[in-house]
Amino acid sequence: MGESIKSVVTPVHLEYDYSAGTATSRFLRGLAKKKIVGGECPSCQRVYVPPRGSCPRCAVPTAREVAVSDHGTVVTFSIVRVPSENLDFALPYACVSVLLDGAGLPFFHVVQRCPLEEVRMGMRVKARWVDDEKLGPTIASIECFVPSGEPDADYETYKEHG
Amino acid sequence: MRDVAIVSFAQSNCAKETERNEVEILLPVVAEAVKASGLPRSEIGFTCSGSSDFLQGQPFAFVMALDAVGAWPPIKESHVEQDGAWALYEAWVKLQTGEVDSALVYSFGKSAAGDLAEVLALTLDPYCVAPLWPDADSIAALQARAFLEKTGKTERDLAEVAVRSRRDAKSNPHAVLKGDVTADELLAAPYVSSPLRAHDCPINCDGATAMVIVAGERAKKVVPRPVWIRGIDHRVDPPALGVRDLTRSPSTEIAAGKAGVGRDRIDFAEIYAPYTHQELILKEALGLTGGVTINPSGGALVAHTLMSCGLNRIGDAAARIMAGKGDRAVAHATQGPALQQNLVCVLEGE
Repeated sequence: MGESIKSVVTPVHLEYDYSAGTATSRFLRGLAKKKIVGGECPSCQRVYVPPRGSCPRCAVPTAREVAVSDHGTVVTFSIVRVPSENLDFALPYACVSVLLDGAGLPFFHVVQRCPLEEVRMGMRVKARWVDDEKLGPTIASIECFVPSGEPDADYETYKEHG
Repeated sequence: MRDVAIVSFAQSNCAKETERNEVEILLPVVAEAVKASGLPRSEIGFTCSGSSDFLQGQPFAFVMALDAVGAWPPIKESHVEQDGAWALYEAWVKLQTGEVDSALVYSFGKSAAGDLAEVLALTLDPYCVAPLWPDADSIAALQARAFLEKTGKTERDLAEVAVRSRRDAKSNPHAVLKGDVTADELLAAPYVSSPLRAHDCPINCDGATAMVIVAGERAKKVVPRPVWIRGIDHRVDPPALGVRDLTRSPSTEIAAGKAGVGRDRIDFAEIYAPYTHQELILKEALGLTGGVTINPSGGALVAHTLMSCGLNRIGDAAARIMAGKGDRAVAHATQGPALQQNLVCVLEGE
């Protein structure tokens, strides 16, 4: 008997050209111009941000483009204290679910440039865009969200999303 | 057994989709099939899809596809990592349980996102075959060579399959390759992987398919001519190529017997044969003799929408029966290298 083979290494590497789709592409192109573009459902009028091209409740195309505000409300949050390989945010930082004004569902991002103990549900925040020369069709065009200084939103205005 | 019928079918054009994502391709197709079924979406009891996350390169990509279906309020839903024909099988079984009376079946595939030759190599034995990265055309060519040697058929016989498929495709609006060519013209082309030339291999493209099935008397109330699934069965051959007789398709033979192909006359057959020689192997395995029209749509050689092509064979056959161009048909789907897995169903018009 030869030495037993305990493992084999068979590397697999596949590359894909991902198509974001027409709706998400419009959203990404908007970010390069500091605009946040959603898609409105013609049936229930919800505005999806980022749009994926359809309303999953009504199963119809969200063909109408709608610009939403870059101001919003924190509907929930968590303080992250462990490093992640692909993120270079200084620890700890707050990841948040932000309901942008005019949007029908919240949006994932981070809050920075504010004491973490002040991050709270209902807090009003605004997008901090990267410098113009760094803008591109990517969510990274928004560097982070920062407090806007507006009074906290009433719980009733976002309780559906918390 | 409960009688189950296909009441509607829709498919997208087979195309290279570089802009739309899978949901955007699916939406109009699902909407068309649901509308044609005459059933309100909320009354469809079960939803089952077929797709492969390997084609998209995204884990659980099939979950996102539910955006095209309307999954809120929550629906009963399932998925197979297979061609949509197997999703139809699962839905048919679900209707057999009596738990639901109708189902939406859909499938989608974008072959263009990754390198298809590499992606399909991962369907092979991961230890001893896949590390060599054989492409699908080469695997099929091994089968073709063995088939030609054993049967005495020639490359011209294979070319004739392509000639007929492209001629029939002229009346199929979804076909990519269509027109009148001669075997001599095709045989003048170089080999892709001998003995196969380009015309022997599928035209891979992107697309989506949707179908609605309904059980019992209700099917007759929703459409004028439901197409009954008289029998449906699927079987697999061993995955290791070396242990199989590649010149036959025993899994198809068994599935055809179980589905009842030989029980009555067959007017035409829609066979999912991505390669020309595979049509000849499958025709034999299905027991189809001279008089049966094969692939009036043109089949997989003229429009190979991965993950949808098998469901399209069943749908194309059903649509043909609904249109009154035949009463009883065989539809077949395959998956895996060199016809490893096969599904056969027998369809009959009301």
